[in-house]
Amino acid sequence: MKNSILWMLCLFSISIMSAQDYFPENGGLKEENTNYTAFTNATLYITPSKVVKNGTLLIQNGKVVASGKSVNIPKNAITIDLQGKHVYPSFIDAYTDFGVDKPKRAEGGRRSPQYKASRDGFYWNDHIMPENEAISKFEYDKNKADEFRKAGFGVLNTHIMDGIARGTGVLVALNDDEGAGTRIINDQSGQFFSFDKSVASRQSYPTSLMGSMALLRQMYSDAAWYAKGNSKTKDRSLEALNANKAMVSFFEAGSKDNNLRADKIGDAYNINYVIIGGGDEYEMMDEIKASNARYIIPINFPDAYDVSNPYAEKYISLADMRDWNQAPMNPKWLSDNGVQFSLTTFELKKPSEFSEKLSKALKYGYDETKALEALTTIPAAFLNASDKIGSLEEGRYANFLITSGPVFDKETTLYENWVQGQKNIINTKDQQDIRGNYKISAGGKTYDVKLTGEVSKLKSEVSVGDTKYPSKIDYSENWVSLSFTDEETNEVFRTTGIIPKGEQNFSGKLLLPSGDEADFTATRQGDAEEDKKDKDKDDSEKIETVPLTYPNVGYGFATKPKQQNMLFKNATVWTSEDAGVLENTDVLVKNGKIASVGNNLSAGGAKVIDATGKHLTAGVIDEHSHIAALSINEAGHNSSAEVSIEDVVDPEDINIYRNLAGGVTSIQILHGSANPIGGRSAIIKLKWGENADGLIYDNSPKFIKFALGENVKQSNWESYSRFPQTRMGVEQVYVNYFNRAKEYDAKKKAGQPFRYDEEMEVIAEILNGERFISCHSYVQSEINMLMKVAERFDFKINTFTHILEGYKVADKMKQHGVGASTFSDWWAYKFEVNDAIPYNAAIMASEGLVVAINSDDGEMSRRLNQEAAKGVKYGGMSEEEAWKMVTINPAKLLHLDDRTGSIKEGKDADLVLWNDHPLSVYAKAEKTIIEGVTYFDLEKDEQMRDNIKTERNKLVKMMLDEKNGGGKTRAPKGKDKRHFECETIN
Amino acid sequence: MKKYINILTMLVVGSTLFAQQTPAPEQKEAVTIVGATAHIGNGKIVENSNIVFENGKITSIGGSGSPMKGRIIKASGKHVYPGFIAPAKSLGLVEVNAVRASDDQDELGEFIPNVRSLIAYNAESKVVESMRPNGVLLGQIAPQGGGISGTSSIVQFDAWNWEDAAIKVDDGIHMNWPNSFRRGRWWLGEERGYKPNKDYAKQIQEGVDFMLNAKAYGAGKAGEQPNEAYKAMQGLFDGSKKLYIYADGEKEMIDAVTTAKENGIADIVIVGGYEAHKIIPFLKKNDIPVLVQQPHALPSREDDDYDMPYKLPKLLVDGGILVGIQNEGMSNFQTRNLPFYAGHVAGQGLDKEEALKLITENPAKILGIDENYGTLIVGKSATLFVSEGDALDMRTNIVTNAFIDGREISLETHQTELWKRYMEKYARE
Repeated sequence: MKNSILWMLCLFSISIMSAQDYFPENGGLKEENTNYTAFTNATLYITPSKVVKNGTLLIQNGKVVASGKSVNIPKNAITIDLQGKHVYPSFIDAYTDFGVDKPKRAEGGRRSPQYKASRDGFYWNDHIMPENEAISKFEYDKNKADEFRKAGFGVLNTHIMDGIARGTGVLVALNDDEGAGTRIINDQSGQFFSFDKSVASRQSYPTSLMGSMALLRQMYSDAAWYAKGNSKTKDRSLEALNANKAMVSFFEAGSKDNNLRADKIGDAYNINYVIIGGGDEYEMMDEIKASNARYIIPINFPDAYDVSNPYAEKYISLADMRDWNQAPMNPKWLSDNGVQFSLTTFELKKPSEFSEKLSKALKYGYDETKALEALTTIPAAFLNASDKIGSLEEGRYANFLITSGPVFDKETTLYENWVQGQKNIINTKDQQDIRGNYKISAGGKTYDVKLTGEVSKLKSEVSVGDTKYPSKIDYSENWVSLSFTDEETNEVFRTTGIIPKGEQNFSGKLLLPSGDEADFTATRQGDAEEDKKDKDKDDSEKIETVPLTYPNVGYGFATKPKQQNMLFKNATVWTSEDAGVLENTDVLVKNGKIASVGNNLSAGGAKVIDATGKHLTAGVIDEHSHIAALSINEAGHNSSAEVSIEDVVDPEDINIYRNLAGGVTSIQILHGSANPIGGRSAIIKLKWGENADGLIYDNSPKFIKFALGENVKQSNWESYSRFPQTRMGVEQVYVNYFNRAKEYDAKKKAGQPFRYDEEMEVIAEILNGERFISCHSYVQSEINMLMKVAERFDFKINTFTHILEGYKVADKMKQHGVGASTFSDWWAYKFEVNDAIPYNAAIMASEGLVVAINSDDGEMSRRLNQEAAKGVKYGGMSEEEAWKMVTINPAKLLHLDDRTGSIKEGKDADLVLWNDHPLSVYAKAEKTIIEGVTYFDLEKDEQMRDNIKTERNKLVKMMLDEKNGGGKTRAPKGKDKRHFECETIN
Repeated sequence: MKKYINILTMLVVGSTLFAQQTPAPEQKEAVTIVGATAHIGNGKIVENSNIVFENGKITSIGGSGSPMKGRIIKASGKHVYPGFIAPAKSLGLVEVNAVRASDDQDELGEFIPNVRSLIAYNAESKVVESMRPNGVLLGQIAPQGGGISGTSSIVQFDAWNWEDAAIKVDDGIHMNWPNSFRRGRWWLGEERGYKPNKDYAKQIQEGVDFMLNAKAYGAGKAGEQPNEAYKAMQGLFDGSKKLYIYADGEKEMIDAVTTAKENGIADIVIVGGYEAHKIIPFLKKNDIPVLVQQPHALPSREDDDYDMPYKLPKLLVDGGILVGIQNEGMSNFQTRNLPFYAGHVAGQGLDKEEALKLITENPAKILGIDENYGTLIVGKSATLFVSEGDALDMRTNIVTNAFIDGREISLETHQTELWKRYMEKYARE
């Protein structure tokens, strides 16, 4: 025993020597092993598409010397015959955190957020750490390496998986036997980025996705500025970012639309990211394809939901059910569309899940050669390491797999995973195939033994006549251990025997229940018939996927609705213009515009809609909405002008559809009210089924959210460290930022050198009259204050939103020239709305202000017609004026009144057909039309409900089948749809 | 410092409370409302009606030609309704949501039926006052939070103090039923979204244990050992109190009703009932009324019909369930929109007078005050109002006269006063 340990140590030291030939050696003798190893007669995949039958792979010193059909085998070669076996380059995962511990979560009190960076001499934001180097934290993890090798991987790219800018990565071979000097292929393998903050710092900014985006933009532009030597101080973060510019940049985006967000940032700074996607790319294939980016795609396809409890099933949305059904087609679709991507184990619980998930993708039609490329040549190319890894061409590392057959076949056994010329046995390949029928005689009985399954993973059946005995078999190296139980007597028999090479029978010792020992021989009777039922079923299983919709959630369209010319006959038309309400009038819509309004119009091929007894109005416009966005507040700073809601528009929010059902056609998605200077707005049309860019107005007027009062003072939650804490401070924030922006702009206009500052750019736009302010406001003092600040800087506030005490200063507002967008009747929810009154809108209107009614609420927004009607009750507005508060008036406030908001020839055909007086509590929207496209139709809605029901039932049945067939399932879960309002911070 | 701020805040809140209206005096002379369309509240209408009330009670109601007496209020072309009833609200328990000092709606503790809303009810609340110009004249004031939140009382909205406001003291106990699914606690690093609540059965058992103990306590010798919580529960077993169970899911409602019945509680009301339309036969069999959530709400789940909350009350009415509307989850100020909730349901195809019942006769029956309130019937309280037009529609809900127990109440509020004040300011200019 002692001997053998010494022998092993010896081997170890010899192998080390080959790597460190200039190191002195005192633990033994210094000698080199220059022998070759030749693998012959294999089906050899030199690359995924260059396959040689009966090929030879010749390796020496951990590298490929030659590979192909006719390879000269030197005399000092050990030859390994791989007849019938396959050889592949081993897999590469370009996105892991192998061997790098995630930093610990920063601890701290919750009383007040931290606004300053914790570091000194680095970038001003803790979440930007391009100076980090994974190699400094890297510790080779043998156990993990073993798991990866078992899954077929030979090389991993790893990094510190934390923060927005994460520093550089390490490319490492899973070579247990040699030191870091050999296994580390590249310790500067790329730069890494994401949208997620570091857990190691509590620095507040950024609190939102849009904040992360703005921060990344500012980081890149600061780096360029720094490179020109403009900074007076040293910044090791920016220096590192600049120094590492030539490296490939990896970006963990994590979802289809985040992929595009990352790509957009990359485009702006000439960086071609390798983007780590989300597995949902199939839902936006056109855009993904058009991004022309390179991707690393996870295959963590969701398990089926356990829907056996009908009460639980309802929590699962159709979209989530579809996800289970459709996600495995992602690799195929990406591949069919020519998107360049590699595969990763990222997002899997453990590497061993990889093969099972991949085989699912293959079942869904993903091409095996493409899959092999995505695991070898493509990641190697992403890593600029094709000359070292990813193929078995001459000069590459001897990183390869020996398998029993095609590498992705379920029945195939992975025998060995060689890394840098070091053998790692996964399953012994020299094991004999002993599957078959045997007879064992023992204790006076003859047992029939049937061995089936895989060569190295046998299944056993033991029977006497018709009686089956439960049994267990273990077969490793050339020993077989078989135990079985006679259930009648409850006696356990144990056998253990050796199979000599080339023989068919095996014999050994039998341990009888009595404890006595006996000899036994198992005599082979012939081949065993495998129970083919399961396998056949598996193979014949047809993959059925449900079709995608636009967007791919419940109530999505099977095909995108098309623009239509239409003629509304005989409607009561609410023009929202001086023309007023026109009875028995026709409206013709052509090419998305209102072509004419009049009597007895001829259809001329347009679809005629009988609107007798119905009311036709312009689409409702909500000046203050927070639906259809992934984040609303960037609360990390008291000014966040650099962020834009346009960056985070969510076109899949079901509330878009629900708003359409309430007659809404346009909304302004405002930043929240967490800070005095908020972020830029997204002004969108509710074109359900279009992507984010398709929703945002072309040539959109530019807006920004400001906010006053309790929210920006952080009065109603525990936060005492951020300026301002009083209304007095709020004024000073504005004055300070406007002063600075003025200075910035003057410098820029004078052609002097300046540091590009996205925040200052935006604020300068306000001063230059190019961007409008919509300001969250409640009490009269602060309203007056902001107007005075604006006047001091020579511009006008465009809109006061909420403006619940506007009625107290309506005359001053009129004088300033600001509009008002308010709630109909909200009050009493916080101290500053004590004097809010429902007569506010009427009073302000009577003073000549442009007044709109807004929602700030995804529920109220879908019945703004009713909220407008309250203007009639409270303060006695005329119905026509009340109606304007949700159509032409908000259009005016948004500078869109030349395009939408009323029924007038030449304007966009944004229309609603109501079954009743639009201000009536009894009215329902029957059709909602945007630019001549019908996005909501009451009748179609009924059909969609039926379709949802049918599709849910179908998917539920499929999931039940999956469960009953032994497939993995998980507990049901329900979406917790986030409903934002001004104050939503997290 | 903090204490100082709190005191300051209180002072400021206090100082702006000057504007509450003075409660009306007792009815002295008979009043007849002449010529209005009388909406009885039980589904019927009397056109061109004469409604007479004396000493706080309706003494006569009929078509034209029926008796008139005392003061005449001409209401031709107008509409008369019974005062609307707002169940399950914390009106008067919280003044300004964000000002903690003004918030008295949620006491600590899991099972605290002995906590009583009535004694904290602020009869002079500006929010309560703002109900009246919209026709909302009565409310059930209920504590919130916890497992058993406490005991409610029913009040009318024109009183000097809580004692005078009460029309039914300690009418019911309010219980939040646990949910079989729970939200991910994302702030603790859990995934957002709903997942099965592993503690559901345990949480039910805690409620059952409490009921069992309360019952055992009642069966023992009275006064042995005072236990106010168990004592407060006795009304549920002797039928003098109702149990209001807040539940929305199918399973939760079935569990709630079954469990409560098993434990000897006879009078059960479901509050919420988002999925009540799926278990109509069960609810009918057990004779369970539903105080359904206001229609001005978003559907609970992504795939639900966009108008699910709009039409839910109608589905239940069509199924033969006794239904009222509450908006317990909304800020109290929203309760003045109660008539428009009913109107919105009528827009879904429910007959308008049936929709009106959702905020008049039905809640009166459910709360057990129908002997006196909820309909315009001779012998009942003259708690009613006159509106220029259809009170269920925002445009025409213009209340000109309102009476509680025959007393003509002020329709001014803090808000109307500010309106007038500033209109006057601009008129001067």
